[in-house]
Amino acid sequence: MNCDVCQSETASIFFSQVVDGKLQKVNLCKACADDKGVTDPTGFALADMLEGMGEETQTETAVETDELTCPSCGFSQTDFKKTGRFGCADCYHVFDEGLDSLLEAMHKHTEHVGKVPSTFPDLPEAELPVGPDEPVMEASPADKLSDLKDALSKSVEDEDYEEAARLRDEISQLESQLGDS
Amino acid sequence: MRFSTLLKKPAEWMRTPGPESDIVITSRVRLARNLVGHPFPGWARKEDRAVVMGEIRPALEDLSEMRDSFSEEMTKLSAIEKQVLVERHLISREHAAKGSGCGTVMNRKQTISVMVNEEDHLRMQAIRPGLQLISAFRSLDQIDTTLEDNLPYAFDHQYGYLTACPTNLGTGMRASAMLHLPGLVLSEQINQTIQGANKIGLAVRGLYGEGTEALANLFQISNQNTLGTAEEEIIEHLSKVISQLIENEKNARMKILEDKPTMMQDQIGRAYAVLQYAHIITSKEALNYLSMIRLGCDLGFIPEEERETINVLLTEIQPAHLQISAKRKLTPEERDILRAEIIRNSLNGLTPPDFTTILSERDDDE
Ligand SMILES: [Zn+2]
Ligand SMILES: [Zn+2]
Repeated sequence: MNCDVCQSETASIFFSQVVDGKLQKVNLCKACADDKGVTDPTGFALADMLEGMGEETQTETAVETDELTCPSCGFSQTDFKKTGRFGCADCYHVFDEGLDSLLEAMHKHTEHVGKVPSTFPDLPEAELPVGPDEPVMEASPADKLSDLKDALSKSVEDEDYEEAARLRDEISQLESQLGDS
Repeated sequence: MRFSTLLKKPAEWMRTPGPESDIVITSRVRLARNLVGHPFPGWARKEDRAVVMGEIRPALEDLSEMRDSFSEEMTKLSAIEKQVLVERHLISREHAAKGSGCGTVMNRKQTISVMVNEEDHLRMQAIRPGLQLISAFRSLDQIDTTLEDNLPYAFDHQYGYLTACPTNLGTGMRASAMLHLPGLVLSEQINQTIQGANKIGLAVRGLYGEGTEALANLFQISNQNTLGTAEEEIIEHLSKVISQLIENEKNARMKILEDKPTMMQDQIGRAYAVLQYAHIITSKEALNYLSMIRLGCDLGFIPEEERETINVLLTEIQPAHLQISAKRKLTPEERDILRAEIIRNSLNGLTPPDFTTILSERDDDE
């Protein structure tokens, strides 16, 4: 019988434990047992390890399906359902649909109140909230103009003419504003 | 600092009494933090974890609070050494099962301990004797503020500190206190107390033992929600509830003394007798009797100084501590023998409980 972790060495350490009401068995080789700290099976939570092994295999399966995955870390919605945890910080934005109701149930709130790292406003601009509600965070008109022009040429390239028309209007409006000031 | 040096010193909280330390054994605050641009430890590859560790460990070791610290990779510690750290509440059981790319850093006094790559990249904890949640929080907050200048934290204006599990989102803070509640257990009010705490967003669980069983009558109470309430407010709310629990526990003790003084004498006297003369004792039995000796100290039947001895014993009789002191692996039977021996030696010279205060009150009644 081969080791459940490395799948290559012959397993020499066997144990079973009840996890979530089900009997789970794990077979390990000496090296993997040492690596996982399994020298004293009584002081060792099998659940943690089963969870760890599950995650390794999930990495491979998630890539094959076309379900929503996090571009930064490859984590999928299914992975979240299985583990109840996210793969990386970006996952919070990738999987934000339905997140608020989950947070509401968990914490009775959906918005952070409390400490903010002092360094936070200096993080890359992509991290900063941008929107009509937060004029302070808005890019300078000149920057915005060049962003819009980039977006316009991209939408023309993509043959998205509806978007291109909208951008053209926005650009001319901004240009007239800049001319006024 | 070497592991052996760390071991020789009992944690500061065991030796120094704090406010309300007859009922509140320790106060703990934990903060969870992650770095931007790296997957969370549970989803990371070995190499990712090693990179994160390479960023975090030097930042921790540079902290003035961590001068002369103990800092080690989990793979460099034996199973028993890791278990010792668990028994001292310095790392979690989950962290003890971790392998490469995971580490632990703590100061000499064992008042600050940090797990690197547990469920989050950083899990920092401050522990204080007695009811001192605010001071535990302040010391940790200061460390966190220093670290944030050097480590790019994953943070979001809406969600706060981004954590692997959404249950820790927001402040990433879990504040908890370890309470000794024999009065509420003996008067069968404990389940009601636990349910009451749950209703107001606090979790209460037995510190040792499975399910509803709480060995040594020790309970841990902590905040469940981390998002939408500021740190100080969470702590203030928790502290208020703990003060109420202290009040309830004191009333329960007084009520038992009034209604069933003989039962109370029997419980404490029996604990004294068994711990003084037993030669084989399981940890369950020992923990429960130690709890009664502690109660005897609180009620003035046993000199108050013994409380410190009990605090140290609660940790010293745990399996890994026993094996470290024996310098070898022990079977459960051997552990029961060594445990009895250590307890006998520690309590040697302990004055027998003196119940004259109870007796004189009863004489007055008659
Ligand atoms: Zn293997
Ligand atoms: Zn992700």
